[in-house]
Amino acid sequence: MNSISLFIIIILYLAILFLIAFLAEKKATTKWVNNPYIYTLSLAVYCSAWTYYGSIGVAATSGISFLAIYLGPVIAAPFWILILRKIIRISKQHKISSIADFVSLRYGNNRFLGALITVICVLGTVPYISLQLKAISETFEIMTHGETISNTKFFGDYTIYIALLIAVFATFFGTQKTDASEKHKGIVASVAFESLIKLVFFLVVGVYVTYFLFGGTEDIYTQFSTTKNFQEITTFSGFESSFDWFFTILLSFFAIFLLPRQFQVSVVENNREKHLKKAIWLFPLYLLLFNLFVIFIAWGGMITFGNGDNSEYFTLLLPLKEGQFFLASLVFIGGFSAVISMIVVSTLALSTMVSNNLVIPYGFLDKFSRSKNDKNALYIKGIRRVSIFVVILASYYFYYYFSIPLSLYSIGLVSFVIISQLAPSFFLGLFWNRGSSKGAIFGIIIGFLVTLYTLVVPVSISAFTGSDFFVSKGLFGVELLKPYELFGLDFLSPHAHATFWSLTLNLLTYSIVSLSGKGNYRERNYAEMFIDTRNYSKLGDNALVWKGEAYVSDIKNVLIKFLGTARTERALNLFFRKYNLPPDTQMADARLINFSEKLLTGSIGSASSKILIANVVKEEEISLVEVLQILNESKEALASNKILNEKTNQLTKLTAELQSTNQELVFQYKQKDEFLDTVAHELKTPLTSIKASTEILKDDLEEMPEELRTQFIGNIEQEVDRLARLVNHILDIEKLENNRAKLVLEKQNLLETMNKVSTNLSKMAFDKHVEIIIDSKKPVYALYDEDRIIQVLTNLVSNAIKFSDKKSGKILLSYTTRKNEIHVFVEDNGKGIPSHDKNHIFDKFYQSENQNTLKPSGSGLGLAICRQIIQKHGGEIWVEKSNEQGSIFVFSLPFN
Amino acid sequence: MDIEMKKILIVDDEPNIVMSLEYTFKKQGYEVFIARDGSEALEILESNIPDVIILDVMMPKVDGYQTIKVIKENEKLADTKVVFLSAKNKASDIQQGLNLGADKYILKPFSLKKLVSEVSELLG
Repeated sequence: MNSISLFIIIILYLAILFLIAFLAEKKATTKWVNNPYIYTLSLAVYCSAWTYYGSIGVAATSGISFLAIYLGPVIAAPFWILILRKIIRISKQHKISSIADFVSLRYGNNRFLGALITVICVLGTVPYISLQLKAISETFEIMTHGETISNTKFFGDYTIYIALLIAVFATFFGTQKTDASEKHKGIVASVAFESLIKLVFFLVVGVYVTYFLFGGTEDIYTQFSTTKNFQEITTFSGFESSFDWFFTILLSFFAIFLLPRQFQVSVVENNREKHLKKAIWLFPLYLLLFNLFVIFIAWGGMITFGNGDNSEYFTLLLPLKEGQFFLASLVFIGGFSAVISMIVVSTLALSTMVSNNLVIPYGFLDKFSRSKNDKNALYIKGIRRVSIFVVILASYYFYYYFSIPLSLYSIGLVSFVIISQLAPSFFLGLFWNRGSSKGAIFGIIIGFLVTLYTLVVPVSISAFTGSDFFVSKGLFGVELLKPYELFGLDFLSPHAHATFWSLTLNLLTYSIVSLSGKGNYRERNYAEMFIDTRNYSKLGDNALVWKGEAYVSDIKNVLIKFLGTARTERALNLFFRKYNLPPDTQMADARLINFSEKLLTGSIGSASSKILIANVVKEEEISLVEVLQILNESKEALASNKILNEKTNQLTKLTAELQSTNQELVFQYKQKDEFLDTVAHELKTPLTSIKASTEILKDDLEEMPEELRTQFIGNIEQEVDRLARLVNHILDIEKLENNRAKLVLEKQNLLETMNKVSTNLSKMAFDKHVEIIIDSKKPVYALYDEDRIIQVLTNLVSNAIKFSDKKSGKILLSYTTRKNEIHVFVEDNGKGIPSHDKNHIFDKFYQSENQNTLKPSGSGLGLAICRQIIQKHGGEIWVEKSNEQGSIFVFSLPFN
Repeated sequence: MDIEMKKILIVDDEPNIVMSLEYTFKKQGYEVFIARDGSEALEILESNIPDVIILDVMMPKVDGYQTIKVIKENEKLADTKVVFLSAKNKASDIQQGLNLGADKYILKPFSLKKLVSEVSELLG
């Protein structure tokens, strides 16, 4: 294939990516761009050319150890819910735009730390990008010449042009906004697309090699097992090898969090926390698919070519050997996708760090504070654009001069070891509040120096001079200082050895330095915030402790310089409304300081924003103890506020309950009062009669006619009876109403009970010429208190007798059985009850219009007692019918 | 000495109390009318103008309060004295009775002798 047509293919593919990114920016708010699948695919930026080409090289020469680099992320995935979610939450809250910003904010907006991390990231990433360029260059050569030829002229290689095109793409979509914490949806969408392309094309070539060139996996295995390398590659070389595995897994575990491009896609570009839930199983699945055919392609290549030279490019060489140019082009595009996505995201992340954590805080702050908003925005974007080009050119330079003799895999591992130096301060900083900025700085520097000594320097020396004196004899010929066997540790591979020593010394330094000093108050403040995210996100802008004097107008001026007047006004209005402050507030408080710093962080980084705000305010010294105390107080205030709210709610509820109970009591009291009134009245009435009658008898006993005298004495007797009855009834109903009367429930024959009542009242009936007839024949049994039911029936029947006409009176007692109850009827042929009384006659002391005729023989409580008794049995009592022909009283008794 | 007998109307739903009052006032030389409730009383008042009315408060149908209101509206009865007889002894009850225009409010149980002297005092 000639190089011009391949270059055109590359240009066309870049145009497609441009279009995708452009459309994604346009539809930035739709579901197409904001879903967990795009998020997961963008995480797959992890799989760079190293994966795409490099792992086959490892598989061909050292067997399945290529897998270790993917096991780290797979192991890390479940931790995302715990760790990554916390990181995302903090980053969103503080508008963090890079890992350097994240770590420097954790250690109190430490400017030097942010810059140091930026440098580490650049040093770790530049070789990594150069590795990508190397892959492009070499695959380009393979595609056009069938083999790799090293170029000698700096601009004679197409790679430089491709690298510049990628830089244009990254610049165009990566620096549209000054606020770097805002999302780059175009870039993310194109990365997701590329992740899909690289996976699909890699699988295509895997299937091609396994099933078309060979007769399936078994065939490859059988053929390969006859080659001389088989034994060496497929056996696990015990103890040492397992350490290598462990350290490679550890490195890749750290890398998935710490690589600038991973932080960019997983944290900065995350727009919904819940996308993580899908990613934790989808991303490992992606990695698994990616590695499905690696080993078979590697073996297939070994069988076909007989040796492991150029084994990294078996995916291209195998199809090309068979004349499959189209398939090879697909593989090339897949690899190219892996390269672009890695470079674009890495340079984007690095340019943000370089501008926000290195250039701006160290060089441009003065300039910014004198300049205007639109100019500042241009400066910031300008710095980032230049950074992107500088990083890519630096990578090309590195590639051109250094990486040609090195393998993809070894460059990748060097990058990983360098980046992993951030691990102690990053991870421990999330959970350990004593970790200090000094500890972080010294730890990272020591770790990095150890890495240089044990890995970068010896690798470079042997690659360029070919001499292994340094490696075999050590520095100054000191045995203990042999770079691959430091202090006599001689059984680890170089990168595992470097990882072990650098991380161990890094961790020790970090811990010891952190423990030996107290740290300044601000870093302790942020430490608390990072560690206890849940609590502090509730505190909002109150989470920052700050004391001093500041004017809103000064801060406003600073904000305007970066956000412009309109955005500043809007932001401040929102702030004042949120905290219920008047819009013309003069003095700024801690909340406004915190809020303003956050506003600036996205544009110029946390360290710079702290410095800028600090320039216009007069901050008072504050002790660490004081900070912790204030923080605790606000936390407690928040907690006690919650408790107070709960208590208030409880009290309101209790008050409501009390009120209703009180109302009920008042009502009951009133009823009792009324009841007592009525009782008193009812008692006084017979007393009045008795007193009057006795007075008359006393005065006129002699002269009064015999007949009259008998009548007055009769009156007295009658009224005394009435009094006695009244007292009994009052006591009875009081007992029934207050549940002090116990029913003696026994199985009784209702017919027999009716007979007893009839017998008891026979004399009274006889006297009034009334006939009592029991109209049911069959005995029926039910559970009831017989004395009480007799009381009810007696009351009803005697009422009927009293109201019946003399001589022709008839009272019918009967019952019917229903499904669950018996209905008992007492029917008379008296003059009936007025219809409007029907509903009230069971009330206590109800005065019927016809009651005159009963006086003075009634108590006014008889029917009320009947109702109580029946209700206590679980039944009801009512008047079924009442007119001039008579009345029917009914009560029900449940069988149980 | 008056030629005409004093007329008294006794309104109460308690037959035994009515009987004692009737006996007592007849003995004192009154012409006694009897009603068992307010409506019967008003019926009697249509054709008779008593000098004094003894009125129970708590009665079925038309009670004492309603009855006195009608009495007070009737100009022919302007000179007729009204005495409430009631077991309701709260200050508020007594006040209400007097406000409605009763001349006396006598609590049950009462002494007949005292009632007679109060009534004759009212009639001057």
